Amino acid sequence: MSVPVRRFDAVIVGGGGAGLRAALQLSEAGLNTAVLSKVFPTRSHTVAAQGGISASLGNVQEDRWEWHMYDTVKGSDWLGDQDAIEFMCRKAPEAVIELEHFGMPFDRLENGKIYQRPFGGHTQNNGKTPVQRACAAADRTGHAMLHTLYQRNVRANTQFFVEWMALDLIRDSEGDVVGVTALEMETGEIFILHAKAVLFATGGAGRIYAASTNAFINTGDGLGMCVRAGIPLEDMEFWQFHPTGVAGAGVLITEGVRGEGGILLNSNGERFMERYAPNLKDLAPRDFVSRSMELEVLEGRGCGPNKDYVLLKLDHLGPDIIKQRLPGIREIAMKFAGVDPIKDPIPVIPTCHYMMGGIPTNYRGEVVVPKGDEPESRVNGFYAAGECACASVHGANRLGTNSLLDLVVFGKSAGDHMIQFIKNEMPTWKELPADAADRSLARVARLDGQTGGEEVPEVRAAMQRTVQSRAGVFRNSANLQQGVEEIKQVAERVKRTQIKDKSKVFNTARVEALELDNLIEVAVATLISAEARKESRGAHAHDDYQHRDDDNWMKHTLYYGETRQLTYKPVHTKPLSVDYIPPKERTF
Amino acid sequence: MRKVRFSVYRYNPETDAKPYMQDYEIEVGPNDVKLLDVIVKLKAQDDTLAFRRSCREGICGSDAMNINGKNGLACITNIADLAEPITLRPLPGLPVIRDLIVDMTQFFKQYHSIKPYVVNDTPPPERERLQSPEDRKELDGLYECILCACCSTSCPSFWWNPDKFVGPAGLLAAYRFIADTRDEATNERLDNLEDPYRLFRCHTIMNCVDVCPKGLNPTRAIGKIKDLLVRRAV
Repeated sequence: MSVPVRRFDAVIVGGGGAGLRAALQLSEAGLNTAVLSKVFPTRSHTVAAQGGISASLGNVQEDRWEWHMYDTVKGSDWLGDQDAIEFMCRKAPEAVIELEHFGMPFDRLENGKIYQRPFGGHTQNNGKTPVQRACAAADRTGHAMLHTLYQRNVRANTQFFVEWMALDLIRDSEGDVVGVTALEMETGEIFILHAKAVLFATGGAGRIYAASTNAFINTGDGLGMCVRAGIPLEDMEFWQFHPTGVAGAGVLITEGVRGEGGILLNSNGERFMERYAPNLKDLAPRDFVSRSMELEVLEGRGCGPNKDYVLLKLDHLGPDIIKQRLPGIREIAMKFAGVDPIKDPIPVIPTCHYMMGGIPTNYRGEVVVPKGDEPESRVNGFYAAGECACASVHGANRLGTNSLLDLVVFGKSAGDHMIQFIKNEMPTWKELPADAADRSLARVARLDGQTGGEEVPEVRAAMQRTVQSRAGVFRNSANLQQGVEEIKQVAERVKRTQIKDKSKVFNTARVEALELDNLIEVAVATLISAEARKESRGAHAHDDYQHRDDDNWMKHTLYYGETRQLTYKPVHTKPLSVDYIPPKERTF
Repeated sequence: MRKVRFSVYRYNPETDAKPYMQDYEIEVGPNDVKLLDVIVKLKAQDDTLAFRRSCREGICGSDAMNINGKNGLACITNIADLAEPITLRPLPGLPVIRDLIVDMTQFFKQYHSIKPYVVNDTPPPERERLQSPEDRKELDGLYECILCACCSTSCPSFWWNPDKFVGPAGLLAAYRFIADTRDEATNERLDNLEDPYRLFRCHTIMNCVDVCPKGLNPTRAIGKIKDLLVRRAV
């Protein structure tokens, strides 16, 4: 079967914040760039980000990028790479100013500057006092940012391939990346997109959990493609549980609520965060707040008939602040929790929200893998940015508002380095391997011919139940070992999924089956990586190893899908220009 | 658990000579609060049913459809509020690709036609362009659009002239940039709309306002553009 080939200088997979920021760079440099997206770009999950984007603009109080860097390193529980963190925090002010110049509708202070609000873990003077660093457009910052970036790409005439799903990464015999295969959903046709450089900006994979703030589309497609192409995944044991998902619905309530003054209460009406984090209280980092909430529930101080959630109270902010600064939250609370937060508190529970791990990259956006003695050897022609990438700026726990910042800083950086690579190293296209499309064709043919298999929703639910129950906020050895066995069994079932719909036109059953191929790789990577890490660090809270163990475990996990084996690589302890921030106990 | 009856528009161009309505009955439990929850369950029962969905919280704009005769987002519509059989059809006025999935090319073409980006050729300052909170407030009720197309596909003027009339979503966006103090292209924007079709096909029927899932008011924005055109003429 011959597969049509289309040729571009660069192919970007994913039309969220990172993909669109990179696309802008490439389009404006005059390179022939294709952006593939499973959904119309403004429907990418960046749109759901609420609270803000961090930058030490100092519009409200004095702030410095060095303090932002310190907070990020500490937030990461010293698993973040300090060169990448410095890069991001230094670039933050110009990245946010650039978004403003692009037309992003930030809220404003009386003096006309961008409004900034407090957020979890954002401090002055290396942890001393909270600082207002989160630049916000009400509680719709992601929406405002994503639409602005899309609009700017309309101006730049970026070529979009909307409702195209990338299926597999194409590597040649030298291991270089030379393109992707992709499915045009409307027609069911498979294409080869031949490129000098490929960027993955495919977002997260929160849908491996049963309860997640993530969209249906967050299925870890980039990670699945990497695993199938022999590229390892980094730090997959680290998943952020956002403290405030709406109980039962999973929908996100921004940390900005607590930034504006909202507080968490247990069934005694106690503001329990004062006990756990006397200094930052409700604005401690997310891993810390989520564990505190879980402990309250485990110790019987949960609210509601089943005592299984806590309450987020914000009525004391008054209707004006709520309507002006948190209108989207009020809408969500009324629609998904049935309460008006002007009067009543919102029932919330920690909910899977963000993947700190991902495709291993450096701060240039280059994908790097071990080769011989070199722990980080560049994969020629391959880049990743945003949630799918692990630079690693978030380490073991991401600070709120650093995700939107990550998208624009590393989207741009990856774009810049792709331009250099294409101009300096790739005058023409490398040859496509003869079997470039074989894997994708086989996957689709398998689905078309499968008989006697299980249905996709059933197997997907089994995977989600396993991950939810075995890799939650608190973990332990027995549970994780059990989880590894269970998820391997689910993975066998995924190989035999069956769909009834065999048609070509907009076959969403096929898309969901192909997505499950990706999700399961992420789920297996998560459990195997988590089972191996015998310490507690950031979001990985291990009952049998309750302390951080820097001597043995200050290192990044690398998971290889083919063998399901792990290796490790060192954390970057050398920042670009400032002094190393040595590990300390993490209290708030 | 209770059973809920559905009547759903089905059309697959590969197998169906013409569209038809298919009846379903499905068990709805206490956790199935929103219409989208139940449609996802329907798909588990019949995987050939095609529809778009993503964020499931009313911010991405994917799952707009015609629900019991009115356009809305399935993910923020309460199942309990809907009369049975719950009738689901694709958004009206756009070509159907399959089942509940419409071809939105024309809708986005109109959105793109208003130049949906800030135009400002003055070299930017080193820091942010300043904007007072009052000036910023002018963008409220405009920038929040999620491009779901509920409004434009409920508008009779858009049904008749989707190629010539910008439609409520596009015009709301046009006014969002006119209202932005950082934008310098108001005159060009007004020129671009001063046309018997592009703007003036709006006859203030206000279906757009009635269906907008974000509570926005395109008719008011259109009125403001018309005012600016009148004021510019005198």
